[in-house]
Amino acid sequence: MAEVRLEAIARECRVQILRMLAHAGSGHPGGSLSVIDILTTIYFGRLRHDPKRPDWPERDRVVLSKGHAVPALYSVLAKAGYFPEKQLITLRKLGSPLQGHPDRTMLPGIEAATGSLGQGLSISLGLALGLKLSGSAARVYCVLGDGEIQEGQVWEAAMSAPKLGQPGHPLDNLVVILDYNKIQLDNFVTKILDLEPVLTKWQSFGWPVVEIDGHDVPQIAKALDQAEATRGVPTFVVAHTVKGKGVSFMENDPEWHGKAPKPAEAIAGIREILGVTEGGWEDYLKTDSATRAIVDELVTLGKK
Amino acid sequence: MPAKASRAAFGEALLELGARDERIVTLDADLSKSTMTVNFAKKFPGRAFNLGIAESNMVGVAAGLALTGKIPFACSFACFVVGRFETIRISVAYTNANVKIVGTHSGIAIGEDGYSQMGLEDIACIRALPNIGIIQPADELETRQVIAHAVEHQGPLYLRLTRQNLEPVCPPDYRFQLGRWLVLRRGHDVTLIGTGGTVFNCLEAAKLLEKDGITADVINAACIKPLDDETLVRSVGRTGHVVTVEDHSIAGGLGGAVAETLADVLPMPLKRLGVQGFGESGDAKGLYAKHGLDPAGIAASVKKFLNR
Ligand SMILES: Cc1ncc(C[n+]2csc(CCOP(=O)(O)OP(=O)(O)O)c2C)c(N)n1
Ligand SMILES: [Mg+2]
Repeated sequence: MAEVRLEAIARECRVQILRMLAHAGSGHPGGSLSVIDILTTIYFGRLRHDPKRPDWPERDRVVLSKGHAVPALYSVLAKAGYFPEKQLITLRKLGSPLQGHPDRTMLPGIEAATGSLGQGLSISLGLALGLKLSGSAARVYCVLGDGEIQEGQVWEAAMSAPKLGQPGHPLDNLVVILDYNKIQLDNFVTKILDLEPVLTKWQSFGWPVVEIDGHDVPQIAKALDQAEATRGVPTFVVAHTVKGKGVSFMENDPEWHGKAPKPAEAIAGIREILGVTEGGWEDYLKTDSATRAIVDELVTLGKK
Repeated sequence: MPAKASRAAFGEALLELGARDERIVTLDADLSKSTMTVNFAKKFPGRAFNLGIAESNMVGVAAGLALTGKIPFACSFACFVVGRFETIRISVAYTNANVKIVGTHSGIAIGEDGYSQMGLEDIACIRALPNIGIIQPADELETRQVIAHAVEHQGPLYLRLTRQNLEPVCPPDYRFQLGRWLVLRRGHDVTLIGTGGTVFNCLEAAKLLEKDGITADVINAACIKPLDDETLVRSVGRTGHVVTVEDHSIAGGLGGAVAETLADVLPMPLKRLGVQGFGESGDAKGLYAKHGLDPAGIAASVKKFLNR
């Protein structure tokens, strides 16, 4: 039951991702759609947080290290109540707190500035260690991109994490999720710099590794629980995903890494996400006023 | 010539030069579609190396290649490649390795992506290093010449390029020379110095100022290091006032370089225009207006500076 709810939220977030990217006219749909089931499961399934008190010291922390996927994070933060959903369409506009990449100082709910790849895991180590030193029970969730882990700093952190804080303050409050969508910016990961065998790499650095389908909510939730139950070391989750997941023409295509959908494309994508046929679309919209409003707004945008 | 991004002109120049000079190799860090080396990689696949999202390694590998006589162009966004400062400092500058570091997507002009993708402190960082020159071409013509020069030049260089299109500013018979600035327009009241994309805005600002009876020397400072102290002193000696305009942090860039030089040889009233604080997301036009780097903003700052 809870899973059905999470899947419904993820669908709504996917719609918002396409909506805000179309309005922004630039940004990164592929990696936002691949990570959204992971983020929804974290935020609406496991995270201890209070959107009314974003600076609550005991809150769990989320670091989206692959910061270019921030539309996914904004959609989740809005749904959780950090800011109104109508603000989503200010993404990337001058003066908006919804920066093109996460800005901790401008938007409550963002834990770290990311966007320069490779830095999020180290910050997460520091957060996890600091929370442990303070005697806090809060947990840290860090999400990495697969291309991102080519950065050397990731491996410095990978080497450090199972050792850091031992023996008194091991970082078992940290779980790291790899959004393994097999595509980076220029091309498929195997064509640029293959990561394999990625599982055994992390294992050999001292991490317990869990392998899951990153679009399967029960599997994601189970992996997070397994991490929480693990004592003495942080946990690494390899989440197999599809870049552009949910929108057929974006799926598994490097072209959609960093290109915003045009309004008409966003509408086509939204229809697919909601599982409605082309023929049934007009009738469907009569029954769903929220989506109707989003679509009307996109139609207006397309006429500009 | 139509407006063209200096990264695009770089990609084209490299293609031509690469056909003539086998020593030229490119290195990228998963941004070859953005740095525009992608066509070089298609034409010379054996001489183009995409090292993945690993800029430190890219810079180090480039240094090693240079030590074997290759001419490596190590390319990424300006912020990411210069972000590997310590590697550049030791493996390139101190080693005096003949690496051409190419930083594209400089400045707030990239717009919507926001601060984390903007090269805004790159000039300041590289300026502090001995051995390595800094060149920022202002249009397509100049970019082509700068790239050709970089191939001939022995020693490391940092080439700062734009994502956005640049209007032509240099005359057709222009010849780039290291350490030489180009005076594009003559005036009496103020010396306006731009670099890269801001040169065109300085020229437009000079036109606006002329309507108010203020005439300006407008200089294209493609070479930020070494800078052309001769041209600087000659112009400022005549006009008595100098304004620098750059799409870079207000600290440590062209304005900083000019301030340091003038303080040593010819202290003069100086106004530096550049980016204050961090950059942010927004449309390039709005960002330029906010930071006073558009022609109207430059003209207004000049008038205020001259008390006119
Ligand atoms: C240090 C750094 N280098 C380069 C970039 C440019 N860049 C942005 S996204 C990206 C590809 C990321 O690929 P991946 O981590 O696989 O992300 P995803 O597939 O989840 O979108 C690159 C190279 C960057 N943001 N930071
Ligand atoms: Mg990826």
